[in-house]
Amino acid sequence: MTVYDRQLANGAATKEATMNKTVPVASDAPRPLVEVDDLKVHFPLRGGILGRPTGEAIKAVDGVSFTIFEGETLGLVGESGCGKSTTGRAILQLRRPTGGHVRFEGKDLVQASDDEMRAMRRHMQLIYQDPYSSLNPRMSVGDMIAEPIRVHGLRVGSVAVKDRVQELLELVGLSPDFAERFPHEFSGGQRQRVGIARALAMEPKFLVCDEPVSALDVSIQAQVINLMERLQDRLGLTYLFIAHGLAVVKHISDRIAVMYLGKVVELAKASELYTSPKHPYTRSLLSAVPIPDPKVEKSRKRIILQGDVPSPLNPPAGCRFHTRCPMAVPKCAAQEPPFVDTGSGHFAACWRSDEIQQMDVIAESKPNMLGGPHPIV
Amino acid sequence: MTAVSDTSAATRSPRKKSRLAKTLSLMRKKPLGAIGGVIILVFCLVALFAPWLAPFDPLKIDSSNLLTPPNASNWFGTDEFGRDILSRLIWGARISLFVGLSAVLLGTTTGSVLGLISGYFGGKLDSLIQRVMDTLMAFPMLVLALAMVAALGSSVRNVIIALAVVIMPNAARVIRSSALTVREKPFVEAAHNLGLSTWRILFRHVLPNCVAPFIILATAGLGSAILSEASLSFLGLGTPPPEPSWGAMLSGKTQRYMTEAPWLAIFPGLAITLVVFGFNFLGDALRDILDPKLRSR
Repeated sequence: MTVYDRQLANGAATKEATMNKTVPVASDAPRPLVEVDDLKVHFPLRGGILGRPTGEAIKAVDGVSFTIFEGETLGLVGESGCGKSTTGRAILQLRRPTGGHVRFEGKDLVQASDDEMRAMRRHMQLIYQDPYSSLNPRMSVGDMIAEPIRVHGLRVGSVAVKDRVQELLELVGLSPDFAERFPHEFSGGQRQRVGIARALAMEPKFLVCDEPVSALDVSIQAQVINLMERLQDRLGLTYLFIAHGLAVVKHISDRIAVMYLGKVVELAKASELYTSPKHPYTRSLLSAVPIPDPKVEKSRKRIILQGDVPSPLNPPAGCRFHTRCPMAVPKCAAQEPPFVDTGSGHFAACWRSDEIQQMDVIAESKPNMLGGPHPIV
Repeated sequence: MTAVSDTSAATRSPRKKSRLAKTLSLMRKKPLGAIGGVIILVFCLVALFAPWLAPFDPLKIDSSNLLTPPNASNWFGTDEFGRDILSRLIWGARISLFVGLSAVLLGTTTGSVLGLISGYFGGKLDSLIQRVMDTLMAFPMLVLALAMVAALGSSVRNVIIALAVVIMPNAARVIRSSALTVREKPFVEAAHNLGLSTWRILFRHVLPNCVAPFIILATAGLGSAILSEASLSFLGLGTPPPEPSWGAMLSGKTQRYMTEAPWLAIFPGLAITLVVFGFNFLGDALRDILDPKLRSR
């Protein structure tokens, strides 16, 4: 949905709504908060003695589109190097995209100048994967959280700022006394809470969570996830939750997008993605999630993909997954499948998404139809 | 969660210690640093109160008292003109400390800022700054300082400027490499994402994390600055001859009389050594104190 569409749909009220958040939208349909449209992030390669661009580029993110609605959690999964984190950073303009659009409440961030962007950052924040390197080791936790409050003038006067810092620390489940401590005096889980408090200091609407729990112990992971859910309920936050495994994402997400080699291959409601995945890559990812029941686990069939992810420098033509797909047909190598709605908001980019239910059968009887490495079932 | 806040508000520990108590506990934890600090303090006081402390006029020539060894009236002996060495040392502390400190401060600060900008922004600006630094580094230290003083004219101010320019490229190099490492840290990106200004990120987030090499540079540079001032004086481009400076006392005629009258060299040498030691101890302690990880509460 573009800005123009929305204006047509909602009439003049929309413009006011984007300017002044208090005006409610008439319909109960969820309002898009972030619209990502054909987002591209390419890293040009440089070579030779002079380090001139060679014309080649690593296509870390290559045409990603999705919409995040207000108040929802969109999970973004995929294996290492598929471009999930880059997508998150490109949305926040921490990496300026090579192409495409990112609209936040209708305002295109890609076109925003650095100064405009600085003001916009208040509304969108990032939670980091590594709670160790994401906090300045030479700043006390209190100073760290107070800094954005002061710089953006969110509270005026040192007493008000201090109160706000303590309020934020309590909000994330830390003692207000911790304000005077330094990052190295905290455990990983506590540091992650500090990171969350620092992000919340800006009173954002939208948080990109870049694998916020993958560096933590399993027992702490649950605590942090629960905290994030609680905060979402309380503050009405919208999350883009990036992770490399489906297990964590399943719990927190309303909808899930699956990325492979710089593209989103499937996007659906969390429950639907788990019960009826429409893309063979999603199926293989799902089959890798262990089931906490030894009997079922024993009989669980795993679809193990052969080979490695192709280089993002020179991705395969056609469908990017065809080199590893157990159900690829010649068409897959020739033509790129469109990312289409297969029904009720379940998007997938696969020529054979209708036949996907037969995938297990196909995989067992015929290995890769293109003669590529065959999957072990 | 509210319960937590209530109890914590009641039991909030009185962590704030008085400034004096803090300083004392720091001195106990860092005895070497404290010694260094005391040495520097003593020398600064000596320099400040030179007119009252010096037993003789440092410029007074006494032809009946040439090259006398240390004795009851001239504690550190006299030089080839019969001038009292102790008095000259006391007066020389003024020039030597002033020149050394100012040159190091000026040189490392400008070098650090340039290195910080160079490392953080990178690109063409980085190349430009680094090529200028390369050019400065291509000259031997003393030759560059000489050329600068010769061009600017010989005065204490110009000696300070010349020495600062000589010290600057090292600082720029070292801080640049630290800045290159630090700027890739996620907390710098986080600061950017918090909408902080570039200058704020540079000086509040990047610079404090480059502080360890900065302090080492500054303390190590001090000794060489005092000695370079000496060499410049010796070549007639530093402090004009009759004025006492430690460097000047070590050079010149001293070298000819050193074997017969070792006190000529021992005392100024000792003074320079002490000051350099003092700054090194103080610098080491400062580096630890400024690092929250090493500073135990």
